[in-house]
Amino acid sequence: MSKYSLAINGQSRSVDVTPDTPLLWVLRDNLDLPGTKFGCGAGHCGACTVHLNGVPTRSCMTPVSTVGRKQVTTIEGLDPQGEHPLQKAWLLLDVPQCGYCQAGQIMTAAALLKENPRPTDEEIDGAMAGNLCRCGTYLRIRAGIHQAAAQLAGGPKKGSK
Amino acid sequence: MNAPDLASAGRRNFLRKSALAGGGLVLGFYLNGATNAAEQVAKPSAAPGVEFKPSAFIRIGRDGIVTLISKQPEIGQGIKTSLPAVIAEELEVSWKDVRIVQGDLDPAYGRQSAGGSTSTPTNYDEFRRLGATARAMLVDAAAQTWKVPAAECVAADSAVQHRPTKRRLSYGQLVDKAATLPVPDPKTVALKDPKDFKLLGKRIGGVDNHAVVTGKPLFGIDTKLPGMLYAVYEKSPVFGGKVKRANLDAVKALPGVKDAFVIEGTDDLRGLLPGVAILADSTWAAFSARKQLQVEWDEGRFGGQSWAGFVAQAKELAKKPGTTQLRKDGDVNAALAGAAKTVEAAYTYPFISHASFEPQNCTAWFRDGALELWAPTQNPAAGQDLVAATLGIPKDKIVLHITRSGGGFGRRLSADYIVEAAAIAQRVGAPVKLTWSREDDLRHDHFRAAGFHFLRGGVDAKGKLIAWHNHFVTFANPVIRDGKTTLQTGSGGSLSGDEFPGRWIDNCHLEQTAIECGVPMGPWRAPGSNVFAWVFHSFIDELAHAAGRDPLEFRLEILGDKAIVSGTGERGVPYDVSRMRRVLLDVADKAGWGKKKFPKGQGQGIAFHFSHRGYIAQVAEVTVGKDGSLKLDRVVVSTDIGAQIVNLSGAENQVEGSIVDGLGTLMFPEINIERGRAVQGNFNEYPLIRISDAPAKIEVHFVKTDYPVTGLGEPAFPPLAPAVCNAIFAATGKRVRQLPLSRTDLRWG
Repeated sequence: MSKYSLAINGQSRSVDVTPDTPLLWVLRDNLDLPGTKFGCGAGHCGACTVHLNGVPTRSCMTPVSTVGRKQVTTIEGLDPQGEHPLQKAWLLLDVPQCGYCQAGQIMTAAALLKENPRPTDEEIDGAMAGNLCRCGTYLRIRAGIHQAAAQLAGGPKKGSK
Repeated sequence: MNAPDLASAGRRNFLRKSALAGGGLVLGFYLNGATNAAEQVAKPSAAPGVEFKPSAFIRIGRDGIVTLISKQPEIGQGIKTSLPAVIAEELEVSWKDVRIVQGDLDPAYGRQSAGGSTSTPTNYDEFRRLGATARAMLVDAAAQTWKVPAAECVAADSAVQHRPTKRRLSYGQLVDKAATLPVPDPKTVALKDPKDFKLLGKRIGGVDNHAVVTGKPLFGIDTKLPGMLYAVYEKSPVFGGKVKRANLDAVKALPGVKDAFVIEGTDDLRGLLPGVAILADSTWAAFSARKQLQVEWDEGRFGGQSWAGFVAQAKELAKKPGTTQLRKDGDVNAALAGAAKTVEAAYTYPFISHASFEPQNCTAWFRDGALELWAPTQNPAAGQDLVAATLGIPKDKIVLHITRSGGGFGRRLSADYIVEAAAIAQRVGAPVKLTWSREDDLRHDHFRAAGFHFLRGGVDAKGKLIAWHNHFVTFANPVIRDGKTTLQTGSGGSLSGDEFPGRWIDNCHLEQTAIECGVPMGPWRAPGSNVFAWVFHSFIDELAHAAGRDPLEFRLEILGDKAIVSGTGERGVPYDVSRMRRVLLDVADKAGWGKKKFPKGQGQGIAFHFSHRGYIAQVAEVTVGKDGSLKLDRVVVSTDIGAQIVNLSGAENQVEGSIVDGLGTLMFPEINIERGRAVQGNFNEYPLIRISDAPAKIEVHFVKTDYPVTGLGEPAFPPLAPAVCNAIFAATGKRVRQLPLSRTDLRWG
């Protein structure tokens, strides 16, 4: 076991775990942050997506020993009030079905909008292709990202099919 | 609260009330509709004295907050939003005043199962009456307070108003009075005219959406209890295998491991399978220890089975008569001999997993002979039953908390993961959370039954379908019944003699033969229908093209103009042809069927299917690239699910999801069987559809009819695959006869 001091959602958190423990399980089992989900344990599905210094990252493939002082942002910390434009768009458009993948979807989409504030459908498909949704809410995810982009830009949306 | 008088349960509904300490009253309203009367046991009421609780499902506090119980498991189908909305509509309560609480497994709630798209049809009428009864009592309470006729009072927005004087009392203000009133006979309570609905038929957002998008604990896998241990469970890779020996001592010495032991299990392929449990102080410690686990298995008698072997067996069986004759109308051989055109084709589809996104898990705590469970389950009673029967814990000592499920698709109708957690917890003095890996989930599924359909069909000189022969080769599991082993076909692996186009063709011969296998099978979204629609509407399309007929016109001729085709006792239900014709014509109209000219590589396909009380027709428009790539450009869906859409947003979401799931299931998944094992273990080997493959456009149309309201979790799924494959044929001339689609080379030009 080793002690790690992690910067998570703007707070310093300490854990004592084996160095190979994936960040996913540190968040879920040690830090009571269960919003980040276990889907495949192999980086194939995107349910465990968090931000490391703003970069969307598969927490199931990220040993805690490699995190260092990087800023970790989870779905719980995406917005202090839970009112990120994507979160609001997800509510407005009633995106979720089972909801299990949606934290990962929103985290990937949030990073996309930072890089590309007005993505087209094709750009959305490219950025979101690593986040699986078993219920098939993809059309609403596309619409939700356009909605959030429009809100961020304060103007009418474009690029939607 | 007193137990209800079961002897008086002959009435469809009955109400009871009893005094509570503190002066309040609790009224129990029990459903006796589709539920088993023996289950109608009183729910011990924990309600505080001052509140109005006119039913097991409704609680109104003095603060005006209305708490509604969601009795059905929420698996993504939206039932936690839609059924409470039905109560709220009749109760005339503002949706913002409503709080929804997931009910535990409890006989007071009647049947609690999310399967077969039944939650809406079996509860809709009852839930309207629940809301209307409570509303009538609140109106009476206001009328008596004002000493005016109840007819002068009207309920709206969580309050009652006296119309002539505009006086107003909120529900919160009426709670004390309402709790003292006699309960009206629900049959005498007036339901709202649906044209006055304010909530139903609108787009209502999912009640857990905020918790979902902010990452609050909701799902079974999010369960955490003080002192909880984390468990994994290794089962034989060969179905039906048993543990011979394992390196338990070495595993127990690994970091974080608290215990490891063998569970003997049973011979039930869908019950408690033999295996090795490892308990640790974290999920990762348990997962890591599992990598060091070495088990020697007695593989049993299924270790030699393979998909290649099944294919060879099916081809041999097809040469012989089927072992079960499902339907024999007219003389198929004579009709084929006299047909102007005949077509012969074999259609094949593989075993597939459900791949529900939240891996199977269950938390169990065994204390003082009693068991408490937290489970993402579609069928909590099945979990309780299996645990009781397998582990000898009395049912009344098993409490089951229903958590939200990260997808179901039929997988969580099975209770294997629940009994595993219970069996582990029974040997441990602490709460235990069992978490399956994705590999456990894909390889130890209760799979959608694979199948082979050997079809022959013929049309006469006018191009009319006159002959249809299908020898369906399917799969069966050995099951133990009354101490004897018999074969049981897999869920959805059994064809009804009445399945369309049975009943519609003069010369129709349907027969079936099952291959025994160790691959456990279970219900998969729209069991049977999820592939039968693909096979039959693809083959109908082949026959239409052989006859040189328009595929829509050909189908309309098969359906005929008889209003209702009755069932023949072979599991078929009456089939309302007029309802199917209506959605078929509607979808053709909305899609512009036959009016568009498509270049080579693009085309339209059409299909319809009746299942789960729903009549659905679809048109798909595809583009197939010269490289064989497929893009679904547009899907038009027309659905008749009765008189009322409960939640328009939820209904559209279910149809959109069914289209995307239908496309993904057509394109990608297969579970190969080699050496008695399921091969594919994770999403790199078992691809799910991605956003980049999702259709560009899905248009959902609801045809409103006067028929009873029904559910939408399943019936929109089946027609998608044949509509797409028929469109692929129109685009390329290539017929898809094997799933997944990746098995067919679609390159052209």
